[in-house]
Amino acid sequence: MKRFLHSPVASALCAALLFLPLKDLKSAVILFVFVLAGISAAPYIRKLKIPQIPFKASGLSGFLPVLTITIFALLPFALKDYYLDVLIMFGIYALLALGLNVIVGFTGQLNLGFAAFYAIGAYTYALLNTRLGLGFWPSLPIAACFASLSGLVLGVPALRLKGDYLAIVTLGFGEIVRIVLNNWDTFTKGPNGIAGIEPPYIAGFSLGKLQYYYYLVFMVVIAAVFVIRRIEFSKTGRAWLAIKENEIAASTMGIDTTAYKLYAFAFGTFWAGIAGTLFAAKMQFVSPESFTFMESVLILSMVILGGIGNVYGSILGAFILVIMPELLRDAQLYRMLILGLCLVVLMIFRPQGLIGAKDASAGR
Amino acid sequence: MLRLSEIHTSYGHIKALKGIDIEVMKGEIVCLIGSNGAGKSTALMTISGVLKPDCGKIEFNGQQIEGMDPHEIVGLGLSQVPEGRRIFPRLSVLENLEMGAFMNNSGLKEKIKHIFSLFPVLHERSNQPSGTLSGGEQQMLAIGRSLMANPKMLLLDEPSLGLAPIMVSKIFKTIKELNIEGCTILLVEQNARAALRLAHRAYVLESGIVKLHGTGEELLHNEGVRKAYLGE
Repeated sequence: MKRFLHSPVASALCAALLFLPLKDLKSAVILFVFVLAGISAAPYIRKLKIPQIPFKASGLSGFLPVLTITIFALLPFALKDYYLDVLIMFGIYALLALGLNVIVGFTGQLNLGFAAFYAIGAYTYALLNTRLGLGFWPSLPIAACFASLSGLVLGVPALRLKGDYLAIVTLGFGEIVRIVLNNWDTFTKGPNGIAGIEPPYIAGFSLGKLQYYYYLVFMVVIAAVFVIRRIEFSKTGRAWLAIKENEIAASTMGIDTTAYKLYAFAFGTFWAGIAGTLFAAKMQFVSPESFTFMESVLILSMVILGGIGNVYGSILGAFILVIMPELLRDAQLYRMLILGLCLVVLMIFRPQGLIGAKDASAGR
Repeated sequence: MLRLSEIHTSYGHIKALKGIDIEVMKGEIVCLIGSNGAGKSTALMTISGVLKPDCGKIEFNGQQIEGMDPHEIVGLGLSQVPEGRRIFPRLSVLENLEMGAFMNNSGLKEKIKHIFSLFPVLHERSNQPSGTLSGGEQQMLAIGRSLMANPKMLLLDEPSLGLAPIMVSKIFKTIKELNIEGCTILLVEQNARAALRLAHRAYVLESGIVKLHGTGEELLHNEGVRKAYLGE
């Protein structure tokens, strides 16, 4: 019996049964076959020695990340479209939280206008696609780089400021972008928004279907985690950490604080540009309404809730703040109230967030 | 090795340095003393590039450094231990030291070993978050961290600030040892007596100008210095 419980067949059966109530028998069978194949193949895959060294540092190896990735990879077989839709939004917000975490969590520079870069990414793709007919794939790097460039443009004047003043300037920037999008009728169609944006295609095959789009977003999030974790533990990541801990001390270590802060701004906003493009391609419609100040606050809450300065914390924060309101839908009017209360309680009992980077009490 | 000529520095309208000339030779310990607000820390921050002088020249190893950014100046081998033990509180002692080698991490292990031999207490606590160290230990860490950059010259801003007397003498002893090992030192101190005993030469700053200078010994016996700074 014990032997059976440890066999791949048992694991696959468990996974299939777990998801059975969510969909029909057919998908449970498919799930069973997939998990069985995956688990049976695992020992052989391990023998292949696929680049193990970078993966170790990227934090994508180990039991928990692999389990999480496996579960999320299998979800489309088991979930209804509505839940997939919510999970796609979770992926997009995870990218935003990951990006903002680079600026706020790694480097310690408060940013209250992050939705602006999200908007810039989304509108760049929307305009490139509807006006120039450019597809998703060429637009993705352009939109990301453009968001990144606007991050730099804001960063150059704003990073002379610290703390509260920086927060106000970034907040102002966020509003400026939204108001420009809202009022520049001839270019952005103002409050009516831009409709008819194309979903991504691969060799003429549309990824517009929820299941395919889910995998696209899923891969981008994994790529983001991989890249961000690699940079977190590089020399650049250490410089960011030093700046966050103590900027003057960092400069006496020979760290070019201005350059590294700008780098953090450009790098963090890059992911906002990616998230914006994914958002525009998913909705096939953008309007300034999606990029309000509340959106910036929501993204910041995700970073803080999950654990400031922790990549997994940002993802967890995004997961909770996207999924929770959906689960609380029954509570209707009270859901924002309940959510707010949860945040307040968390900040009192766990100021470092759910999975904090380092013990915040030391040195306070 | 380091020469300041006619340096003026101001904070907005307030002139903190009104044309000071200071020179530090290779292998010396030079000390700046003076009361609060005399401009000692301003002088150090101007040298290290945190503040930019309004006018005047700063030369380090024959190179003009005024107007350079702090990180460039550190790169030339002029390291500052800032006032008030600015360590990275949430990083461990070891991580703090590693951060000190940001510019040049060749021979990292040997350098850390050397710092631990200078300050054995840091070795005992190498994995502890540095914010949990005592004040004296934090100061040792701040000095050790600056040494990780292999500086030719070290700027120390009030290393004795807020430390117990026994810690102060320990820190001063270490400064002497570092100097014997070949590190040139410019020291800013409130603790004038201990500093003058240690220093080869010293400058007395008063309201942004150099009031007096001479060897440590001379100033220790100077009537005015005894009255104003040694409380006699």
